[in-house]
Amino acid sequence: MARTLILAFEPSEAVSLTGFAAQLQQPFDVIFLTGQAPADIGAERVFVANLDQVAPADATAKGVLSLCEGYSHIASVSSMRSKDILARLASLLGGAMVTDVVSVESNTVYKRPILAGSVIATVEVLQTPVVLTVRPAGFSPVSGNDSASEAVTISSESVVTVVSQTSRGGLRPDLTRAKVIVSGGRPLKDSETFERIVGGLADRLGGAVGATRAAVDAGIAGNELQVGQTGKIVAPELYIAAGISGSTQHMAGIKDSKLIVAINKDPDAPIFQVADLGLVADLYDAVPALQALIGS
Amino acid sequence: MKILVPIKRVVDPYAKVRPSADGSGLDTAGLKFEINPFDEIAIEEAVRLRERNGDIEIIVLSIGTSESEEQLRKALAMGADRAILVETSEVYDSPSIADELAAQVNEIRPDLILMGKQATDDDANQAGQMLAALLDYPQATFASKLTVQGSVALVTRETDSGEECLELPLPAVITTDLRLNEPRYIALPGIIKARSKPLDRRPPTNAPKLRTRITRYELAPTRSAGVKVNSVDELYQALKSKGVV
Ligand SMILES: Cc1cc2nc3c(=O)[nH]c(=O)nc-3n(C[C@H](O)[C@H](O)[C@H](O)COP(=O)(O)OP(=O)(O)OC[C@H]3O[C@@H](n4cnc5c(N)ncnc54)[C@H](O)[C@@H]3O)c2cc1C
Ligand SMILES: Nc1ncnc2c1ncn2[C@@H]1O[C@H](COP(=O)(O)O)[C@@H](O)[C@H]1O
Repeated sequence: MARTLILAFEPSEAVSLTGFAAQLQQPFDVIFLTGQAPADIGAERVFVANLDQVAPADATAKGVLSLCEGYSHIASVSSMRSKDILARLASLLGGAMVTDVVSVESNTVYKRPILAGSVIATVEVLQTPVVLTVRPAGFSPVSGNDSASEAVTISSESVVTVVSQTSRGGLRPDLTRAKVIVSGGRPLKDSETFERIVGGLADRLGGAVGATRAAVDAGIAGNELQVGQTGKIVAPELYIAAGISGSTQHMAGIKDSKLIVAINKDPDAPIFQVADLGLVADLYDAVPALQALIGS
Repeated sequence: MKILVPIKRVVDPYAKVRPSADGSGLDTAGLKFEINPFDEIAIEEAVRLRERNGDIEIIVLSIGTSESEEQLRKALAMGADRAILVETSEVYDSPSIADELAAQVNEIRPDLILMGKQATDDDANQAGQMLAALLDYPQATFASKLTVQGSVALVTRETDSGEECLELPLPAVITTDLRLNEPRYIALPGIIKARSKPLDRRPPTNAPKLRTRITRYELAPTRSAGVKVNSVDELYQALKSKGVV
């Protein structure tokens, strides 16, 4: 029963949870819901479902339920999709759930951020199994030998009809996986300006684009670009914040970044209290100038 | 049609909350409390649905101490028709909230349950999905647009990479994201009218069965401020020396 199951909605998610799985010090298996299994992540059993698409939560939670039998721990990378499906699954299993795990204290004790990341709660699990969504930033991947993969079938019959799906990611890297992110806030006047200034520097760096809630609410940037407590949690090598004040809610999403650079014209902006490199300047001058230097 | 909106009383999301000295709790003395912002969006959406579709009863429900009456009254002022306070001073986690809500749903029998995607104090993001599982209802989390036609809900929901549109048969659980609407400002007549709207207090159906327990609270490690550079050129040199550009 002391055994972990990793649910990987996309293949790369399994790799990023190997470090977490290792810390539980018990064998782990993986189900790849879509895509092919990457080799050598150290899983004892590897299941491949080969779905074209992950079905709505009601169907997927029911579909994986029987496969979760016999596991004490069921984990996925934290994402909107995993929260949608795993909370439903936890309930079907009658189990406990811990969202956004950032550290493992023992097999029944975890740490997770609350209150927009300003406080860390130590959570004791009182029920087996436990379902966990994990923020991979705190865990370094490890490798090991896998056994051959086995095919599994996951039924996907839902009472919900998917009418349409749109992905607005474009050609830029995914925010949650990007090595470099350039983000913009409220002062970027409109979507065209945002795209030119913030998007321009991001493209020069081969990075992703992020935004604050204020920018998203103003229609300057797309919803999927929101970084923070109620948006995406990111952990790039380099995070450049242009015209961002540094609210608690925004900081909640960027704390794990290696290097934070802030460009803000207000020397007292709170973002300077957390930025590794700060430049007091008008972003309309500074960002294009930086872009030009990087190009040269 | 009946819509149930479960709401949570949470500490003001803009307030600075600190762990108590011994780390066993949170020090919220003197801080303001509010309706969880996502739940306020859920109330607003229910009111807008009634404005568009007519003939909808909106019931707000909160599980908590008598202090939650303040938030229920505000919800009534926003346009809810009646309120239920499941009065308890016990600690709940999201699964036990879902258990209690499921018991209440079995009695109230709403056609639609509109709730927040997450409470801004625990940031759990669990109760809605768990309630849907217990009731075996379809769910749509992170809703950014909602229309109801007859016994079908059409929901645009935010996903990790964009959005999708789902069609759900009712009854269903729908959780709100920030972009669904902007809650209205409450005018004085609404506040006065809310005082005479029914607020029913009842004990919980069952004692909470906790699946997790918080044993310690600590301040998150803060990043310390780095250096300020004086020009774009200096910034570029610093980035170059760190090997990130
Ligand atoms: C429940 C809840 C959830 C939330 N979730 C999130 C979330 O997930 N993510 C998030 O980001 N926010 C979130 N917020 C909102 C958050 O509280 C802040 O309002 C928001 O982050 C502010 O965005 P901003 O920094 O772009 O705007 P502002 O705070 O207005 O800051 C703009 C900054 O730009 C600077 N500036 C202006 N002009 C220029 C210029 N020309 N050049 C350089 N600098 C300039 C200003 O000095 C200022 O510091 C949430 C709020 C609530 C209540
Ligand atoms: N005490 C409560 N009373 C009523 N509804 C609640 C309560 N706690 C949570 N909820 C509902 O569940 C949602 C998700 O909460 P959570 O799982 O804590 O993030 C909230 O947005 C509310 O709609």
